[in-house]
Amino acid sequence: MQNDVVLEMRGICKYFPGVRALENVDFTLREGEIHALMGENGAGKSTLIKVLTGVYPKDGGEISIKGVEGNAVIKSPQDAQRAGISTVYQEISLCPNLTVAENMYIGRTGAVASWRKMNSGAKRLLDTLGIPTSPSQQLGSCSIAVQQMVAIARAVDMDCKVLILDEPTSSLDEQEVAKLFKLMLDLKNKGVGIVFVTHFLEQVYEVCDRITVLRDGKLVGEYVIEDLPRVQLVSKMLGKELGDLDSIEKKTAKEDIHSEGEAVLKAEGLCSAAGIAPFDFHIGQGEVNGFTGLLGSGRSECVRAIFGADHVTGGTITMNGKKVRIAKPLDAMKKGIGYLPEDRKQDGIIGDLSVRENIILALQVMKGFFRPFSRAQAEEFADEYIRLLDIKTASADTPIKSLSGGNQQKVILARWLLTHPKYLILDEPTRGIDIGTKVEIQKLVLKLAGEGTSVTFISSELDEMLRTCSRLIVMRDRRVVGELKGEELTQDKIMTTIAGGDM
Amino acid sequence: MPQTARRKNKFVQGLTGLAKKQLFIPFVALMLLVIINFIADPSFFSITLGTNSAGNPVLSGNLITILNNASELAILAIGMTLVTAASGGQDISVGATIAISGSVVLRVLCGTNTQVSTLQAPIIVAFLISCVVSMFFGAFNGVLVAKFKIQPMVATLILFTAGRSIAAWINNNRLPIVSDATFGYFGNFIPGCPIPTPVFIAAACMIVIALVLKFTNLGLYVQSVGINAQSSRLNGINPAFIKFLTYVILGLCVAVAAFIKVSRNATINYSVVAKDIEMDAILAVALGGNALSGGKFSISSSVIGAYVIQFLTTTLYSFRVQSDALSAYKAVVVIILVVLSAPIVREKLSELWKKLAPKKAVKEAN
Repeated sequence: MQNDVVLEMRGICKYFPGVRALENVDFTLREGEIHALMGENGAGKSTLIKVLTGVYPKDGGEISIKGVEGNAVIKSPQDAQRAGISTVYQEISLCPNLTVAENMYIGRTGAVASWRKMNSGAKRLLDTLGIPTSPSQQLGSCSIAVQQMVAIARAVDMDCKVLILDEPTSSLDEQEVAKLFKLMLDLKNKGVGIVFVTHFLEQVYEVCDRITVLRDGKLVGEYVIEDLPRVQLVSKMLGKELGDLDSIEKKTAKEDIHSEGEAVLKAEGLCSAAGIAPFDFHIGQGEVNGFTGLLGSGRSECVRAIFGADHVTGGTITMNGKKVRIAKPLDAMKKGIGYLPEDRKQDGIIGDLSVRENIILALQVMKGFFRPFSRAQAEEFADEYIRLLDIKTASADTPIKSLSGGNQQKVILARWLLTHPKYLILDEPTRGIDIGTKVEIQKLVLKLAGEGTSVTFISSELDEMLRTCSRLIVMRDRRVVGELKGEELTQDKIMTTIAGGDM
Repeated sequence: MPQTARRKNKFVQGLTGLAKKQLFIPFVALMLLVIINFIADPSFFSITLGTNSAGNPVLSGNLITILNNASELAILAIGMTLVTAASGGQDISVGATIAISGSVVLRVLCGTNTQVSTLQAPIIVAFLISCVVSMFFGAFNGVLVAKFKIQPMVATLILFTAGRSIAAWINNNRLPIVSDATFGYFGNFIPGCPIPTPVFIAAACMIVIALVLKFTNLGLYVQSVGINAQSSRLNGINPAFIKFLTYVILGLCVAVAAFIKVSRNATINYSVVAKDIEMDAILAVALGGNALSGGKFSISSSVIGAYVIQFLTTTLYSFRVQSDALSAYKAVVVIILVVLSAPIVREKLSELWKKLAPKKAVKEAN
């Protein structure tokens, strides 16, 4: 082992029933480097991390860690912690009802004896890392970014040599990401080896030193960041050359024709209990439009109001010229509206139910309580959409929670496509999923629009919105502040509209 | 060789699959009880055909006793499973509502008299009225849980506390006795049929719920709501209504169980009838491997769980365990069963299978 290597994994294998999650994967992490672990969904990133942190037992291979004689035996997350490996997961796994300090010290036997010591220790650490919160604040009342940083602070305080960050930025806005990066660079300078898992390419090129790419459970290679331009990285991840994005780009140019046709749905003065200012909205047949704005600007609340997901407090909705009443999601569904929610885990999947049940759910509810689909019919639907969307699952009977994020999203998408909606709302359908699936979803949106379905598309990634939408509604502070279409659809124009004023 | 490998794989999967099946644990528990009894005293299983005091042929024996006595519990287990799955909590008021429902039956049949020779109303009317009352109390619990979002255990604590007083009030603190012979058929024997009637009633309830699950989406909705209510709502399900509905269904199960109880003795003592039966019903659900926190469920497992509980009681009696000590013995067995059915233990068991199975497969191959 070289001197500066803190972690070396050799020939790691991991099998699940019917799936080879990892096969002969090597991974090397050096002191004071930020190392990106890249790959599509299902490439094996999460599995590799879970093997490393003792969540899953490995089926083959060796792990050696600096300061540990011979092969490290990691059988539980505690073992990993003792060996100096700390992890911050995508979904924050801290206790929201405890204070910041309590969360930092929880589960660490013998770490502190008194509350006072704990709080002052936490305060010191928070200050040195520049995390804007107080030790006695309840964690649940902090922003997601701060919670994430507290999780990192907790990890750092345990004298970790290896810090694993699994998608830490997926729910942060730009400012928060910048803060997080600063924290990461500080730690890097202190000699901590950081494994950074993310889907955001820009972020990889902003902070990382090295990249390891996985595909289908196999190692593609390890690269120094300067040697691997973006396009190459993407093609390595996908295992093919990237022409897909270009073809989409060209297509949008002529999609602008739909603008003032007959409105499939028109909302006037709509507002909901979620606290958005009354807004007007319309969408034509086969049109793709979108809500854009910063995180928390109210874009999700707008579509939730249209779908009846939040309690609607005012305004009217007309569909195809007829006034309709949408008080609850079922009303909207019966009118041919589908809604893929932003929070896949909380609002989308029914975790323990099978992929099949998750796919048929919405259509089944629309069909009615007393008219269940036959098993054969349900299987036919599920198989059709598993094939159509290329959902990677062991079988239709697999519980959806055991699928990777991107595939879960495809299942939810399948659920709504199965209802053959006239109007489909997609709120962050590409969040936390890999580029390949992102492109697939974008293509699908355009294909649906081509077939006459109206789509409202929300994404945090501007270029994705620009690629798919022909009209953007811009939001700021829970109010609609502008509408952009045609020539105005440029990144600069959107940003100035979001920022407001004469910037 | 690849073929044997594949066969081996299938074999392993079959075994691990079996260990993971929800039915596995209650079924194994039942089998264990059968085997223990068989070794200890094979005559445990003897069934004899005799005649009762009225001169009708009746079957008697431990197995008949088990089937007969577990009927109420099995019926309650059906409703309790649904309530548990949908609301992630349990109804602890079923014993008290049995007292209420049974008192209603007596009140309707006897009027204000304590002992009647001619019934004041047809039996079916008494039953239907008790069903309505019971479902009303179920609805009361349901509203508290679904609408006011009170913890099920706390919400049903109200009726648990007040139920038996309400039952006392219905018949003015008296214990009326129904001396009509036909009324006794439902809890005992129908002349000419040697099998106790409650067995048929329980079977009928199981058939009804099986049909309901087959021909409606009750199962899908209840599981969805139990797993993720928020997501269910966005798919057009009304979680509050589904939770409410399960409590009403449990109310109906309570009415049927209460009817059997009243018919068995021609009367009930409101202060002791079905005492602690709610705990046995919850236990049946747990023994069936259903998560008490809600979500996926299997009613057949719960029902088998109910019979396991009764089998255990009867077995302990046959070993001449004093009735005072019964609960302690039961507790020990229950601890073992519940630990065995815990997911962690089951995982370990199936891992053990995996390790053992390849050796066997190799032996077979040789």
